[in-house]
Amino acid sequence: MKSNKNIILKNWPIFIVIIILSVSPFMMNNYWIDVFFFFGIYALLGLSLNIVLGEVGLFDLGHMGFMAIGAYTTAILNTHFGIPIIFLIPISAMAAAGFAWLVCSPIIHLRGDYLAIVTIGMGEIIRLTLINNPFGITGGPNGVFGIDFLSFGGPLVIDSSIESYFVIWIVVGLTILALINLQRSRIGRAWNCIREDEIAAESTGIDVRYYKLLAFVLGAGLAGIAGNIYASKLMIVSPESFSFMESCMLFCIVLIGGMGSIPGIIIGSAAVSLFPEIFRAFARYRMLIFGAAMVIMMVFRPGGIWPRKRGSVEFKSLLTKAGEDNV
Amino acid sequence: MFKDSNLNTEKLVESRPGKERIKIVQKIVLETQKLTKKFGGLIAVNNFDLKVNRGEISSLIGPNGAGKTTVFNVITGLYQADGGKVIFKGEDLAGKKPHRIITKGIARTFQNIRLFSNMTCLENVMAGQHCRSKEGTWSSIFRTSYQKKEESEIRKIAKRLLQQVGLWKFGDELAKNIAYGSQRMLEIARALATNPDLLVLDEPSSGLSDRESEDLMKFLKDLLKEEDLTILLIEHDMNVVMGISDWVTVMDEGKKIAEGVPEDIYRNSLVIEAYLGKEEEEEEI
Repeated sequence: MKSNKNIILKNWPIFIVIIILSVSPFMMNNYWIDVFFFFGIYALLGLSLNIVLGEVGLFDLGHMGFMAIGAYTTAILNTHFGIPIIFLIPISAMAAAGFAWLVCSPIIHLRGDYLAIVTIGMGEIIRLTLINNPFGITGGPNGVFGIDFLSFGGPLVIDSSIESYFVIWIVVGLTILALINLQRSRIGRAWNCIREDEIAAESTGIDVRYYKLLAFVLGAGLAGIAGNIYASKLMIVSPESFSFMESCMLFCIVLIGGMGSIPGIIIGSAAVSLFPEIFRAFARYRMLIFGAAMVIMMVFRPGGIWPRKRGSVEFKSLLTKAGEDNV
Repeated sequence: MFKDSNLNTEKLVESRPGKERIKIVQKIVLETQKLTKKFGGLIAVNNFDLKVNRGEISSLIGPNGAGKTTVFNVITGLYQADGGKVIFKGEDLAGKKPHRIITKGIARTFQNIRLFSNMTCLENVMAGQHCRSKEGTWSSIFRTSYQKKEESEIRKIAKRLLQQVGLWKFGDELAKNIAYGSQRMLEIARALATNPDLLVLDEPSSGLSDRESEDLMKFLKDLLKEEDLTILLIEHDMNVVMGISDWVTVMDEGKKIAEGVPEDIYRNSLVIEAYLGKEEEEEEI
């Protein structure tokens, strides 16, 4: 009981954020709840790209492609075969992850800009394939419509804005917990080592190829889940939602927020999804303001708004005898 | 050559202190046989034979550009050899990836220090233990009790190693923020964290002051007394290694020109020639 109290006292800012997030939808109208839903989607996508770009430093500019795979897997299997959305969450995650494994295996050794170019191509190929309606299952430019809502069986159907708001933010919360654990494990360290110096990582005994692929597979899987939630909320998926511009937005989220920093990613996705809504009046200058913000950021805060702080917890635990065993 | 190496191979059984395993240890830990590496038309390493005895400090010396680092890179798997063999503890390392070779027990440092600069010193040493730990993705995500136990072991070993090299006070500093000499010690600590049988150091004294490199050599000597370890050094400065080496191999233009105990190497005319040039040339100048 005492330790529970300590956790709350130590992490009070996190608990304040959780309380604000869970109370605020009851004070907003449906329009703003939906805005916050898309904020959540961007946060989930940002976190998934953060694994690839932030933790391992791989330039992935086709990340929306993985989300498209997840969304279309959900849409097609639901509308054609009537499989409930809830079972399609793991399936669309696996479809996106499997696709990432297949496509990234041969290109994983490419460095920096080369990988960026290949991933742009990959994202575009996915989008163009969807537009061209292969075997008549993707519905061409119109997309697939009539997707069911997420249902937990019986009367528990997620069909209002406020319910889908909670679904996405609970998923984001669970993802954050998983990622924090990964960051503190040998897997997270191996990822960061590869980002810092690939040759040194290889010479320290890290299987660089395996860990790069793992990052792509996990990132794609998370993007697939985001695609599933997106499809069941909108009830329609179309190729235009997965354009190159959106992939760039995700890239910006990670760069603005801070590479590898989880709170940074949340702030970055807020910047990308909330500010355009707040400053509706200047909608025409949106891209201009956005570009200027990026330039200013890169000059004055190259590490992002909230750069990741390293170490401390582990080091402090080693200072006391009791702390050595548990962090 | 081959016959000769067999004669030297004494098989003896002994248990390593602190590690409850008994293994057959051979006198020669590492051996290269007719090792060749070409870059285009340039033959960087030419039919090179090297022997490293267990529990000793061996040195590979030679003037700049002799191909010493290339030999190291072939041994640690960063380059693939064009001919010849690298035999470590009786096993051919040809075609093995660097991370597999580390797991076999060869750890290395780099001539121009390669640390994970934006990670703390503690994390750098913890990263070194990657190949000796095994918890996977799912157990890390769910933080199972096994995973926590393994992490705590990793932290304790990292702490011990940092204390050993005298960098514990910098444990929470980013690796890029500590002094150059300390960075070199940190890199050695990271290499030791992989629990190696053979430690391969590429010009460990380059960029260090005389005082610092003396301390380093003393540290290496003490290390050898305490642990079951073999050290292979690269140096271009003869004076640094002569004091501590048990065996010296001299290399010039990709070939071995001499090997022996340090006293013999000092007197070897070929070595003097390689370092100082031929006598006639000197007279002309």
